[in-house]
Amino acid sequence: MNATNLQAFARQAATILVTLIGLLALTFCIGRLMPVDPVRAIVGEEADKATYEMVYERLGMDKPVYQQFLRYVGDIATGDFGTSVRTGKPVIEDIGRVLPATIELATIAILCGAGLGIPLGILAAVRRNRPTDHIIRFLTLLGHSMPIFWTGMIGLIIFYAALGWVGGGGRLSDYNVGLIDEPTGFLLIDALLAGDWEVFWDGVNHLILPASILGYSSMAYITRMTRSFMLDQLNQEYIVTARVKGLSTARTIWRHAFANIRVQLVTIVALAYGGLLEGAVLIETVFSWPGFGQYMTNNMLVGDMNAVMTCVLIVGVIFIALNLLSDLLYKIFDPRTR
Amino acid sequence: MMAGTMASSPVTAPVSARGYGTGALGRLGASLARLMRDPSTGFAVIVVAILLLTALFAPLIATHDPILVDLPNALKPPSGANWFGTDELGRDIFSRIVYGSRITLFIIVLVSIIVGPLGLIVGATSGYFGGWVDTVMMRITDIFLSFPSLILCLAFVAALGAGLENAIVAIALTSWPPIARLARAETLTFRNADYISASRMQGASTLRIIGKSIIPMCIPSVLVRITLSMASVILTAAGLGFLGLGAQPPLPEWGAMIATGRNYMLDSWWLVTFPGLTILLVSLAFNLLGDGLRDALDPKKH
Repeated sequence: MNATNLQAFARQAATILVTLIGLLALTFCIGRLMPVDPVRAIVGEEADKATYEMVYERLGMDKPVYQQFLRYVGDIATGDFGTSVRTGKPVIEDIGRVLPATIELATIAILCGAGLGIPLGILAAVRRNRPTDHIIRFLTLLGHSMPIFWTGMIGLIIFYAALGWVGGGGRLSDYNVGLIDEPTGFLLIDALLAGDWEVFWDGVNHLILPASILGYSSMAYITRMTRSFMLDQLNQEYIVTARVKGLSTARTIWRHAFANIRVQLVTIVALAYGGLLEGAVLIETVFSWPGFGQYMTNNMLVGDMNAVMTCVLIVGVIFIALNLLSDLLYKIFDPRTR
Repeated sequence: MMAGTMASSPVTAPVSARGYGTGALGRLGASLARLMRDPSTGFAVIVVAILLLTALFAPLIATHDPILVDLPNALKPPSGANWFGTDELGRDIFSRIVYGSRITLFIIVLVSIIVGPLGLIVGATSGYFGGWVDTVMMRITDIFLSFPSLILCLAFVAALGAGLENAIVAIALTSWPPIARLARAETLTFRNADYISASRMQGASTLRIIGKSIIPMCIPSVLVRITLSMASVILTAAGLGFLGLGAQPPLPEWGAMIATGRNYMLDSWWLVTFPGLTILLVSLAFNLLGDGLRDALDPKKH
């Protein structure tokens, strides 16, 4: 690693640090703004004044705001995210329990989204301004404009209530819940480990609708971006050269143009994965999916401060991590940045 | 063309109110004429015009009282008397959607009024001063941008308390950063232009230069950006309403209507279907309008 690289690395590290502190300041402010008295939330409505004072001091509420903030940063740095008032467990433990359900959902969704979105985007770019292009663009626009929670309900009305093709809400049918051990928390993997095919297929049956609806929204984004990247490439001279040289259309597109947009696509897919968290909040509510999104909204509705602050913080950290990851992949895949 | 002028009025209002920007206004008028020739943009302009007219004349268009409870008539499917059926309290869904357009418009207008000036001021100041002012302001902007907007909105609403006004504040707080970035980029392109130096040498104060020479130049592109973000504002507002954190019942907000309809959706599909279709139509229209405006105002793009 030479001096320029080291400098670039140091600058990036500093940027991340500043962003993280900014994030903490933001969640701290949100915690302060919440109309919930943190002391009351712990001691309850009935507590006498002495107990109240004691907890008040133990929480450091008598100190100036900046000291409270430092204390908050210190707590987070040592891995203490506080206790959820609603469940009575450490917040981080709760989140560890609900996160696999969301990751499972989001991963299947992004596989659908990228698996369909990238080929469709390329097809639209190649068939630019022809009927195929118009149809694909309309589909992506529809994906952008749909209220995802509504799409989820329409999906349930059609495919669950009317046709009976898929399972309803939740990750499993009631009669399958609790049949297998869940060492990883990822239901499909756990079912395979236990060798229980019935539970596995029931899980797939419940996963398929929410995942494809989430996937549709990320497909819309991925298709749109792929199309515009591809158009930029197709307008360049090397494509004409390749064609003149006598290469087939397919070879030109896949070996030349596509090879050049791969890197940008990695970034887009990483960002789309982060964006799925947003959709997951709404989709999990519609499908009673016991994941991170539902945990977060439930805590917001009851004003469970520690839980809300930590959830927001975790989403922020996931976003920063995804951005970093896409930067890193960019460097690995793009020969020019080597 | 009537429809075109109608649709543009909320967008251009801040320009003419400031008193300079006739150039921009003229350009926008000419662009709108061109816009209407594109079928999808024409469709968008018509939908937005219908939204405006519906909000304006809601009492004339609605066939029933939107909050009048009529229990014997509850959960009736669509019919001649109730075009979109009735909800669990026997209220006419069509009339509720009609009145709901006022709430949607209220949200869009308020968010734009907050977000436009806020983004312009932050971006123009940041770009004009440069240096550490720029660094600090853009870092703050980046922190806001590093969140998916709905999650941040949820957090703000949780902090401020559920309700329509707080939802609007939360949406505005999360949607200014892209505007600020855009305004900053625009400012950087002409902060060293001759006319800026000229007014500086004439002794104009910094405030005057930013307010009179820089911000008006950023307005057209900021307006396009705001139009483009309206679809997501509508979807976020509906999402908050759906989660019970936005507009509260009995307000006929479309997202909140879907939330109550959810309990009856398997037997009475019309409770969720029609408000959802309306949201879809309106956000589709704003997406198309934004795309059309961008293409019309930016000749470089394709």
